[in-house]
Amino acid sequence: MTDMSDLKPQNQWVSEERKAGLGKRHRTERRFKLLGLAAIFIALAMLATLFVSIASKGYSAFVQTRFELNVYFDETVIYPNGDRSAQALRGASYVSLIRNALRAEFPDVETRKELRSLFGIFSKGASRQLRNMVMEKPSVIGTTTATWLIASDDMDMFNKGYIPRDVVEADRRVKDNEIKWFDHLVEKGVVQKVFNWGFFSSGDSREPEIAGIWGAMVGSFYTLLITFVIAFPIGVMSAIYLEEFAPKNRITDIIEVNINNLAAVPSIVFGLLGMGLFLNVAHLPRSASMVGGLTLALMTLPIIIISARASIRAVPDSIRHAALGLGASRQQTAFHHVLPQSMPGILTGTIIGLSQALGETAPLLMIGMVAFIVDIPGNVTDPATVLPVQIFLWADSPERAFVEKTSGAILVLLVFLVFMNALAVLLRRKFERRK
Amino acid sequence: MSFTSLIILLLAICTFGYWFGSKKALTLGPKQGRVGRGQPHQFGAFVVIWGGIPPLLLFALWSVFSVLTGETESKIFDQIDQVVFPVLLILSTALGCYAAINKIKAGVRARKTLEFVIYSFLILASTVSVFTTIGIVFSLLFETLNFFEKVPVFDFVLGLEWSPQTALREDQVGSSGAFGAIPLFAGTMLITLIAMLVAVPLGLFSAIYMTEYASKTFRAIVKPILEILAGIPTVVYGFFAALTVGVFFRDVGSAIGLDVVSESALAAGVVMGMMIIPFISSLSDDVITAVPQSLRDGSYALGATKSETVLKVILPAALPGIVGAVLLAVSRAIGETMIVVMAAGFAANLTANPLEAVTTVTVQIVGLLVGDQEFDSAKTLAAFALALALFLITLGLNVIALIVVRKYREKYD
Repeated sequence: MTDMSDLKPQNQWVSEERKAGLGKRHRTERRFKLLGLAAIFIALAMLATLFVSIASKGYSAFVQTRFELNVYFDETVIYPNGDRSAQALRGASYVSLIRNALRAEFPDVETRKELRSLFGIFSKGASRQLRNMVMEKPSVIGTTTATWLIASDDMDMFNKGYIPRDVVEADRRVKDNEIKWFDHLVEKGVVQKVFNWGFFSSGDSREPEIAGIWGAMVGSFYTLLITFVIAFPIGVMSAIYLEEFAPKNRITDIIEVNINNLAAVPSIVFGLLGMGLFLNVAHLPRSASMVGGLTLALMTLPIIIISARASIRAVPDSIRHAALGLGASRQQTAFHHVLPQSMPGILTGTIIGLSQALGETAPLLMIGMVAFIVDIPGNVTDPATVLPVQIFLWADSPERAFVEKTSGAILVLLVFLVFMNALAVLLRRKFERRK
Repeated sequence: MSFTSLIILLLAICTFGYWFGSKKALTLGPKQGRVGRGQPHQFGAFVVIWGGIPPLLLFALWSVFSVLTGETESKIFDQIDQVVFPVLLILSTALGCYAAINKIKAGVRARKTLEFVIYSFLILASTVSVFTTIGIVFSLLFETLNFFEKVPVFDFVLGLEWSPQTALREDQVGSSGAFGAIPLFAGTMLITLIAMLVAVPLGLFSAIYMTEYASKTFRAIVKPILEILAGIPTVVYGFFAALTVGVFFRDVGSAIGLDVVSESALAAGVVMGMMIIPFISSLSDDVITAVPQSLRDGSYALGATKSETVLKVILPAALPGIVGAVLLAVSRAIGETMIVVMAAGFAANLTANPLEAVTTVTVQIVGLLVGDQEFDSAKTLAAFALALALFLITLGLNVIALIVVRKYREKYD
């Protein structure tokens, strides 16, 4: 046996040069690893910035400023000419009640201009509030009742601290005298921030303080319903055909390539297709959630087909052979055995496709779902808008208060998406365990 | 008769037919009825098919007819639509069911008919996607041809000026409008380039770290979080780009003495890149994982460090797949609409300066088509020409990407 110590000096691996080289290589290694970690953290930081920026802008949309005012439900104002029908009650000038109450609260405000800005500290929705009160309980007429009324958007923004006090008056939305009145109200303890139920229960409005997302949510629901009803059966049927029955030939190849390409077509192109096909050729109603749903169905279809095919393919062949061996026909095998086995996977893909459709905006702009719609849609042919389009519309509005509403609506949309994706993940888990 | 009640009535007739058919099948006796010929419920379904298909065909024919003639206003049409047509539907269903029930005898192969019909429906369903593509191509092509009758192809493809505003009055200056698409495509390319500069390094490096370095727990936690980025609606990115990132870049620019507009290409591009990161990272993740372990083992056996293995063995092996992923990402960036609609400019601006506002193809399509429109003006038709160009470009990129990826797969399978 050769003496090991003799060999050592010749061993290239431990020479000083080699050692230095190895150190360098290890440093490069560490740098490289750090680079990968940094990339991940930059991406995560971007995500965090996005969430923090939107959440910090949007959380205040869920509360609303209200002022308490002693309103005298003056009979002469509510029934100006003695007509006591329900229609007269609905049409009465409730604004005057607020104005009278404000005049009583601030007796020193006299000039016309000042009075107008004083009346402006309440929202246009406040008179609707009074009307609902009177319609619900007519016995309040003739009494003086302390009522919490919705403040105007500027007052709301000021109360939430979005409009700073220490700016020159000319550059400030809320003027000095309005601040004075506001401070007076704060001193009296009649300023309150309450949970903004109206945000979840009313339709769109030009007034940010009373604008809500219920209309858009209902529109989104109808649109997704149509998308699901159209895309799911067609998608599953094509997937079954392509996986279980289709002969391997040119036509099947074309269908396959076509589906893959369709999944990558920009969504706006589907919008143009929807406009051409459903509006200009079929003359379906513009802005309706039905047209939106059909357009999104065409867009979601390839996603559903691709995921359905993958999960049908994952069903072991032994199940097919067993069914066929027991004398089932090919269709019975497909529908009674393969389809139920692959259903969780298909549903996962469908939910992911639908959650994409829920967040989609561009194709719906093309088919006129951008109209300003106050009413809550009652069926699939009513003009409607959807949550993402509502977000787009509000993001375009100049009022400061709409920034908060937009972020609030985004938070609601994200909650829905998280819910849908969590459902998809749960289904996938269940599916994986069964295998 | 309203549409809903008509449907309910038709369904009721079919339900009755189903019930009657399955009852009658039971009277056939076990010999002919059960085995081979079909189960009672199959006979029921057989009746429903005979009852359901005629009104379905009639309905399709009638819709095609009314769409083709385009006549929906006249009185006669209304009467046919409201009275004659529903009655016809009900009659056809009833007759179909009746004929089918009569047909149920020993020797009728209910299951065969049933399976044939189901098979046809399956084929029909799988052609929907083909018809979608055909629909896209035709709806874009016709309007594009109309557009090129008004504006020469050359002016569109090579023109450097884009101002689609058509004049209100005949004598107005510049009433013809200019339809040169180069500034739009240049703007699109600029924003896409910025997006790729953000997304490719970040996406690729995170994919390398995830596959080669990360522990199992790290991967299980971080990968889904990264993929959230892909699930966020683009309108949210648009809002973020316009209100947060754009303003941030403008403020940073003015702090260091640079003139950055708040609708800069930089803001839109960076946010778009952010959206694309998970796209690149998960696709590259797949191709890197698909590189055979033997290659890694060979490299380690020769004494290479992990980073050397990645850079000199794995990346070259995975390169075609990564190129495919980047191409797919580029095609997605080109077609992205909401981010640029909300955060990029609207006026055409031929520049390579990322601090200025540029416009893109998708922004112009939205701008030209949202709102009121007359359908034969060059302005509206231009949107279709742009969309066709967009469709062809993304299609081309996808086809190339798929070919590249497929080639690569063959190499290792």
